[in-house]
Amino acid sequence: MNGGLIFEIAKSLLLARWKQSLVAAVGVTFGITMFIGLLGFMTGLNDLLDGLIINRTAHVRLFNEIKPNENQPVNISSEFADSYNFIQSVKSVGERERIYNSGAILQALKSDERVLGIAPKISAQVFFNEGSIDITGVVNGIDVMAESKLFHFDDYVIAGNSADIAIVTNSIILGKGLAEKLLANIGDVIQLTTIQQVRVPLKVVGIFQSGIQEFDKVQSYASISTVQKITGQPNNYITEIQVKLKDIGQAPAMAKVYAQLFQTEAEDIQTANSQFETGSFVRSLISYAVGITLLIVAGFGIYNILNMLIYEKMDSIAILKATGFSGTDVNRIFMVIALSIGLLGGGLGLIFGFLLSALIDQIPFNTAALPTITTYPVNYSPVFYIIGVTFSIITTYLAGWAPANKASKVDPVVIIRGK
Amino acid sequence: MSKTITLQADRINKHFHDPVNIHVLKDITFSIYSGEFVSVIGKSGCGKSTLLYILSTMDTDYEGNLIIGGETMRNKTDRQLARVRNEKIGFVFQFHYLLSEFTVLENVMLPGLKLGKLSEEQVREDALDKLDQLGIKKLAHKAANQISGGEKQRVSIARALINNPSIIMCDEPTGNLDKANSKIVFDIFKQLSAEMHQTILVVTHDPEFAEKTDRVIEMEDGRIIRQ
Repeated sequence: MNGGLIFEIAKSLLLARWKQSLVAAVGVTFGITMFIGLLGFMTGLNDLLDGLIINRTAHVRLFNEIKPNENQPVNISSEFADSYNFIQSVKSVGERERIYNSGAILQALKSDERVLGIAPKISAQVFFNEGSIDITGVVNGIDVMAESKLFHFDDYVIAGNSADIAIVTNSIILGKGLAEKLLANIGDVIQLTTIQQVRVPLKVVGIFQSGIQEFDKVQSYASISTVQKITGQPNNYITEIQVKLKDIGQAPAMAKVYAQLFQTEAEDIQTANSQFETGSFVRSLISYAVGITLLIVAGFGIYNILNMLIYEKMDSIAILKATGFSGTDVNRIFMVIALSIGLLGGGLGLIFGFLLSALIDQIPFNTAALPTITTYPVNYSPVFYIIGVTFSIITTYLAGWAPANKASKVDPVVIIRGK
Repeated sequence: MSKTITLQADRINKHFHDPVNIHVLKDITFSIYSGEFVSVIGKSGCGKSTLLYILSTMDTDYEGNLIIGGETMRNKTDRQLARVRNEKIGFVFQFHYLLSEFTVLENVMLPGLKLGKLSEEQVREDALDKLDQLGIKKLAHKAANQISGGEKQRVSIARALINNPSIIMCDEPTGNLDKANSKIVFDIFKQLSAEMHQTILVVTHDPEFAEKTDRVIEMEDGRIIRQ
């Protein structure tokens, strides 16, 4: 009832003090703008940093660790089942590094519906020869198509063409740091020695930069068959299978299943990179804390201005009550004022927040560590906008509640007689 | 013609508790009949304003009974009392108390819009009628804080009339006005009483004003000594 009239009165009171109302609204606008700008930027940065890891890391990694056999023969033997066995000088089994029956495992993974894609891999320790100096390094044998599709390998190749390692025989992509050490450019032929003491010449077809310098100083990539050839292994030799899932959240559970099923080690991304999740979480937490603090400060601004408005408009409130407006009506009038300030300020805040995000998005951000990034990363997720506007309404509601309540309790007798 | 009672006060007692207990109103009992023009006079501090605020339902902290239009005002909620003030009582205060954010016309219309019985258009027409009746129609679209004191008081009379209340209550309506304006305001009341049979209750300390009304209730030290 009387909704229109209450809005009308609220509007008049609001416009009568439009400067203060504007200041209050600007407070909310500022709060929301910073909230959205800050969270968009922070989340953008988080996504970027997570992406550094998550984009390049398998959700589940199947491999074999070099370690001693857990079931030593003497323990399996029934003859000694009741005795306590001391075994000394247990040795690790080197042969275990390869994944047995890799062909069947790859088949099984390909037919699994939860799997987005798989990329087999071989790692081989080598020495790169630069004159008389040997530089230790790692050659990764990869399926470059699968690697590019699943782990954005392409993005990190800063010179040359990643697909060339599959086409050009005996070719290699060097890490940037490694290439600098070897004074190698695209087209050059470098020499490397495998741990089996075989010396192999390989042609450099690309340079890659991962963003992690230590990594770039030792890593290099070649096709799977090249690595199998230089290490003298058969063509079913694979040391690692990288699995990318459709739902990353399933990784820990699936890693357990795979470990059992395929009799290999299986490591999920959450376990391998738990520190990144913690980092993201803390950064988000700080952004939310700062954003919400800003909104609460804005809320106090509204509270002050409404309080002032009520003191100024004591007479008007008294006369409204004397002529038949109830306490509830007066309360509603002031709540409408508070919420209008909140909605106006919040709405403008959304627009300015978007503009601020767009502005941050334009600021150049060039860093050697991140070759694909040229401006600051910003996340435009609508979630922040929804949280922002919801929170602005909640704060203004709470800020308006006490003053509106006070206004509704104004005793007209005191005011009218007090003059 | 038998007279109907518009407002009846039945043994109304009022105490102020702060800072010390003072018995302000003592057994106030009287009735105001429909169409009467009544004034309450008394010296400053005799409790006449306090009585008015009780009669106007704005002050609910009293003992005894108040009956307006046959309905007791006891045990009514804040909302119900607001409704009574809106519908049955028109107010004119010593200080005009118009809402300065609104125009004259809007000020007059507000209680009518609040009542919500008529459409906005009809309320507007009524308001213009009342302003015309009081000779201030030309001020209708001026801001409420741009007109003179006498004019403001006439606007507040128009506002008091907008819902055709059963009674108009006035607190020192001429207390803040010069002679000429006081006369205008008094004449308006007189005319309302005579022509429209409007029930009017005026609290004043001006004996001259009181004498010209139909009936005078005189108070002293919280009691009615003459009515």
